Amino acid sequence: MEIFVQQLINGITLGSIYGLIAIGYTMVFGIIGMVNFAHGDVFMVSAFVALIASLILTTWLGISSVFLSLLIVLICAMLITSLISWTIERLAYRPLRGSFRLAPLISAIGMSIFLMNFVQVAQGPRNKPIPPFFQNVIVVMEKDGYEVTLAYKQIVIWAVTAILLAAFWYLVSKTSLGRAQRACEQDQNMASLVGVDVDRTISVTFIIGAALAAVAGTLYLMYYGVVSFADGFVPGIKAFTAAVLGGIGSLPGALLGGLLIGLIETMWSAYFSIDYKDVAAFSILVVTLIFLPQGLLGRPEVEKV
Amino acid sequence: MAVTSTDSPTPGGRADLLRACRDAAIAGLVTLGMMLPLIGFRTVQNINNELVLETRPGLLLTMILIVVAGSLVISLVIRPWRQRKAAAHVAGESVQRAHVRATIAKYLTPFAIGFVLVYPILSIVFAGWQGSVKWVDNFGIQVLIYVMLGWGLNIVVGLAGLLDLGYVAFYAVGAYSYALLAKEFGLSFWILLPLAGCLSAFWGILLGFPVLRLRGDYLAIVTLAFGEIIRLVLINWVSFTNGYAGISGIPRPTFFGIPFNANDDGFAAVFGLEFTPMYRTLFLYYVIVGLALLTAFVTLRLRKLPVGRAWEALREDEIACRSLGVNTTNTKLTAFAMGAMFAGFAGSFFAARQGFISPESFTFMESAMIVAIVVLGGMGSMIGVAIAAVAMIGGTEIMRDMDFLKQIFGNSFDPTQYRMLLFGLAMVLIMIWKPRGLISTREPSTFLKERKTVAASFVKEGRG
Repeated sequence: MEIFVQQLINGITLGSIYGLIAIGYTMVFGIIGMVNFAHGDVFMVSAFVALIASLILTTWLGISSVFLSLLIVLICAMLITSLISWTIERLAYRPLRGSFRLAPLISAIGMSIFLMNFVQVAQGPRNKPIPPFFQNVIVVMEKDGYEVTLAYKQIVIWAVTAILLAAFWYLVSKTSLGRAQRACEQDQNMASLVGVDVDRTISVTFIIGAALAAVAGTLYLMYYGVVSFADGFVPGIKAFTAAVLGGIGSLPGALLGGLLIGLIETMWSAYFSIDYKDVAAFSILVVTLIFLPQGLLGRPEVEKV
Repeated sequence: MAVTSTDSPTPGGRADLLRACRDAAIAGLVTLGMMLPLIGFRTVQNINNELVLETRPGLLLTMILIVVAGSLVISLVIRPWRQRKAAAHVAGESVQRAHVRATIAKYLTPFAIGFVLVYPILSIVFAGWQGSVKWVDNFGIQVLIYVMLGWGLNIVVGLAGLLDLGYVAFYAVGAYSYALLAKEFGLSFWILLPLAGCLSAFWGILLGFPVLRLRGDYLAIVTLAFGEIIRLVLINWVSFTNGYAGISGIPRPTFFGIPFNANDDGFAAVFGLEFTPMYRTLFLYYVIVGLALLTAFVTLRLRKLPVGRAWEALREDEIACRSLGVNTTNTKLTAFAMGAMFAGFAGSFFAARQGFISPESFTFMESAMIVAIVVLGGMGSMIGVAIAAVAMIGGTEIMRDMDFLKQIFGNSFDPTQYRMLLFGLAMVLIMIWKPRGLISTREPSTFLKERKTVAASFVKEGRG
């Protein structure tokens, strides 16, 4: 029971991070029907940006307030990652719109390889550890000497995820931007006829996805305290799995899928085998796509001639 | 790197110049923003194992200047040139050019095969016995393995239109089959080669079954997941595969029973030659040439058989295919099986050549590389795939020993670091430049009276 509660806490934390990345996948797939393969690497790049920003703040500027520095780091990471993602969309994906269907996917795979190796060349291949942001923990339960703990950093992750998702939900469902986005999702030609700037909307979609990935990247760095250039691939695939599991194109689905994947992964590691935890995640992806391709909350895809 | 582009032909160079400058300034600013953290700073560990920052303003500035210059060149030179070219474009020209290319392709094939056959002799003549090992082994055999893998995947991606991102799994199955069976049971290379191919084909069917209903991107991601699952199992099932450490001491192939060593019963002694390790390399080279040619031959023949035509029909339109009574299940499974079989051949050859295999050789990056070769070459085009393999693999192999770059960039410059960086960049750039690959025209497999090349705009593929 105590182990279960502890894993529940860890799983929700991990799941929040996956959910934030998954939203980027699901939005881009919803609007242009493309698997943005480089999204996982954008997430990794954002973790590096956060790493460098936090090093500047702590070692050069000497800001001691943890919350203030976390806030600045988050904003820096979001801004710069959005800019990178915007440029990637502009240069690598937009020229391929209207090309044959696999072209953007191949371009995205190339972009993913490029980003990974770019960071490796620019920052070196070693793991980059940072001193922990928050070290305190709260003991939630205690039984027979086994303490169930809730770390401050986990609370921060939950809080940041919740606030960001609320803001994001408001943006998508209440503003004209979100309306334009949903219109483009349904029918791009029609949307452009009624005066929606489709190109701009797609750019904004990439920017929002990247900003959320940047939040995930910052939280990931804060949670694990270490990042390396290869850290984009596996979380990227897992977040994609989350998006598919929740129903690709569905925003609440992405979050739900993220939480489920996070929970399944931590539970699997705790009760079965830690070696095969990635196999578990990949198997879920395969099983979902084969038996439930529309996901938990998605609409089934209708095949038209 | 042009950032804004509102192309209206304005008279007078002044407005153009102003716009070009504005574009360049924006591009420079964007670069500054993007690169400031990752290039402007470098995180290094000091002696206390703490991360500290170093600044690199010079590199950042160089990069921005390159981008600004590139943007100016694009908007002042390349874009007007392209506009002039588009204005002078005559309808039907692309078909004509396709004809010219097809004629070149016709004479290219025999020439290429001839060149491949005499290549080791040429390299021995020019580089000597010692120097040619590098050219035949690292360069020739390496490129040919990828040509063969590319041709194998071409069946799945190019002909049947099913994007397979986990192709390397079948390569791994072939390699591990050879390694384990040769070590445990002492079977010879020539028995295990077909056996490994069969085992891989079996796995191809096994993994093909569940994904029959999937199309396009979903299929790609599921095959990717399968590839990763197989690699993770190879890593974690230590008692069977020896995990990360891999399998070493794999028996090397023999010349139909005669080993390539310096003993009295070795190849050199039996044929009365002076011993050099080059004989084995030459033998392996011709084995892989044979295997690659076999792949090409089988593919070309299969295209003319009903199953090959069904593959291509499936690629063009699955629903039409089904309504015409083509059994899509069998068609897809045979494509997977054939593709996997050739990967199995290549895998067992790889294991025999290296003498050591580990899961490290079968990462997703490897799959991406093979897919890149197929797509960049032009899906379905055998010559295109071969050219892409030579360019991508050969190019990255050559980068290993470009020592003159050290003189330009200083001694700490290591060109091999940039291999995959340039590889990824090339994938993106070629996709933008030629989304249908280097050779986008197709030879029809059946025709009435006269063989006409199918121009790129009529080839609809990869919808999978």
